[in-house]
Amino acid sequence: MTSTSLSPEPPGSWRRYFGFSTDAKVIGIQYIVVAFFFFLVGGLLAMIIRGELITPASDLVDRTVYNGLYTMHGTIMLFLFIFPVLNGLNNLLIPTMIGAPDMAFPRLNTAAFWLVPVFGTLLIASFFVPSGPATSGWWSYPPVSLQNPSGYLISGEFLWVLAVALSGISSIMGAVNFVTTIIRMRAPGMTWFRMPVFCWTALAAQSLQLIGLPALTGGALMLLFDLVAGTSFYRPEGGGDPVLYQHFFWFYSHPAVYVIILPVFGIFSELFPVYSRKPLFGYVYVALASFIIVGLGLIVWVHHMFPSGVAQWMRNLFMVTTMLIAVPTGVKVFAWLGTMWGGKIRLTTPMLFCIGGLFNFVFAGITGIMLATVPVDIHVSNTYFVVGHFHYVIYGAAVMGIFAAIYHWFPKFTGRMPYEGLGKLHFLLTFVGANLNFLPMHPLGLMGMPRRVSSYDTEFAFWNVLASLGAFLLGVSIIPFLLNMISSWVRGPRAPHNPWNAIGLEWLLPSPPPEDNFGEHVPTVISRPYGYGSGEPLVENQAQIERALTLAEATR
Amino acid sequence: MTSSSLPEAPSPTPIPAHGEGQHASHNLTGFVIFLLSESVIFLAFFSGYAILRLAALDWLPPGVDGLEWRMPLINTVVLVSSSLTMVLAEHFKGKEKLWLFRGFWVLTMAMGVYFLYGQAVEWSGLKFGFTSGTFGGTFYLLTGFHGLHVATGILLMGLMLYRSFIPGIYAKGEEGVKATSLFWHFVDVIWIILFVLLYVWRA
Ligand SMILES: [Cu+2]
Repeated sequence: MTSTSLSPEPPGSWRRYFGFSTDAKVIGIQYIVVAFFFFLVGGLLAMIIRGELITPASDLVDRTVYNGLYTMHGTIMLFLFIFPVLNGLNNLLIPTMIGAPDMAFPRLNTAAFWLVPVFGTLLIASFFVPSGPATSGWWSYPPVSLQNPSGYLISGEFLWVLAVALSGISSIMGAVNFVTTIIRMRAPGMTWFRMPVFCWTALAAQSLQLIGLPALTGGALMLLFDLVAGTSFYRPEGGGDPVLYQHFFWFYSHPAVYVIILPVFGIFSELFPVYSRKPLFGYVYVALASFIIVGLGLIVWVHHMFPSGVAQWMRNLFMVTTMLIAVPTGVKVFAWLGTMWGGKIRLTTPMLFCIGGLFNFVFAGITGIMLATVPVDIHVSNTYFVVGHFHYVIYGAAVMGIFAAIYHWFPKFTGRMPYEGLGKLHFLLTFVGANLNFLPMHPLGLMGMPRRVSSYDTEFAFWNVLASLGAFLLGVSIIPFLLNMISSWVRGPRAPHNPWNAIGLEWLLPSPPPEDNFGEHVPTVISRPYGYGSGEPLVENQAQIERALTLAEATR
Repeated sequence: MTSSSLPEAPSPTPIPAHGEGQHASHNLTGFVIFLLSESVIFLAFFSGYAILRLAALDWLPPGVDGLEWRMPLINTVVLVSSSLTMVLAEHFKGKEKLWLFRGFWVLTMAMGVYFLYGQAVEWSGLKFGFTSGTFGGTFYLLTGFHGLHVATGILLMGLMLYRSFIPGIYAKGEEGVKATSLFWHFVDVIWIILFVLLYVWRA
């Protein structure tokens, strides 16, 4: 009756990954694969940047080219790698975790995904227009971004604004879909406080997208008009205000960091219990803290503008709100430590990535508090200290969390097991590479090395050489990852439905799940998630469902 | 519930609570979420306008001494009343008086079209352009962006009007009408704020 093996969906042809599918699981993998393509592009730019910085002189690339390199590196990594890869995870995990057959609006989902290659192409195309790519940094501050020295209408900056605006539209479409799905399509019995933390954090992150992104899109639209239509919203000579753009930009782009890190908190909260064999410590507080982070995260943006000529009261206010964020974040960190405490820890690849990511996150949190402090911030503003802090958050914590998620849920969605040896090698190279790359940026920043320069004083050489070596190690770390993904997907061992012995609705589906997930037979949830060690079933008739799955696996 | 009345889809058990199966109301939920998000872009434009205006030394460009408010006031009255005619239209749809619904619906559309006409007349008589400093820029940005929403609203109403002639759809509960009406009230509220900011606020 509850047997999901009644309708054994054929695994499906690989061709559906190249077309306009409306299946969230196909779209999820499309997102992730496209994102990693752009990750390689953005990573290549990073390799050139660190290659330039390995010597004090500006000898590898031209200075203007260098400006384009860091601008495109930042833009590609954020808008074309990290948001798409997280949307990929959302697509895979949200419907399966809440027991929905698909997203609420499957066609909207398809459209949101296919916008990614469109604006990706627009952005990459800016390398080939006569003016070259945008050179004003990933934040594109006026007046620098408005200069357009080449005089062409289709300039790199023009394509940048267009790509960012399209990325915003795609993300809004995604966010409407994710939020509606979580609100309306949960399995019977899955009350709010029986929902996995990943869904809580996805809901929080997507709410931030909905509130923040329109501000950036509006601000970018005004930038576009200034650039091509001759308006003067941000041009001081016409009565405009360049700082206004900074408000629009950071009103979104600070919360954007939480859009990135909140789902990673969700991943940590899912994985630590699995690999510690203990329930998530303080589940309710971890879930609710996500929304406290949303609330606070919307009122801290001015901390990016302490040196931009804002009023002193604003500096004080935003310093305090920024520091307050440490409270809900600290709650989560202690919850994860409490979960691991006394648990039967299994150091699998995903767990290693989680522990490494958590370590890096705590470090980034400490430098974050330093940056929130107005006097420190003014001292290190626009130095490598900021770059180091940011990369610890994004690469050290977020990307490592994303790798953890990929290894953890890989068997579920491909039906194949990834190789542990290659995975652990990938972890080792990533962890050592990230720390070697980003730790030296802190002393460099404190010594006063500015960011966005291609040449520097010889006193900065030592730390720069270390950082570059770390960067190259990170470059190498991708090789075992790609090898692992491709070879295990093609000929890895067949995955059972629950290889990690995890608790969650997605683990009660076959690996890979059929197209409509549970179909008509959505199990009724009867307890909280993460019941590790209690032996308490998650859903009604759990034993029956699992027996049917094991039987189907034995006969395939 | 709506789907259980369909003869071709005999769902075995109505899935309780927050289960799936009520696709129509997903649309409405999604639309409300979208509208909330859309309101932030107006909020951004409004606050940008206020910041630029408060900081300006000479807000009005040379040769311009403020905005004429009579025509926009008429427009405001028309747009606010069109929200009322829309409520009436929805009321008659609820009573299943489809022709009265269509009548008031078309009246609402006509008022929307009149609003756009009034806006066009106002624009064509102005002595400043999009590039006339931050005053001209914000004026055309705000009224233009709002006008686009009015036009979208009229298109949505046209679509719903067309759908009301397809047999059977309205009997099953038409969420599109509800969504369109929410959108129209939203456009109306935005206009009132815009009117206050642009025309009522005097230096
Ligand atoms: Cu920030």
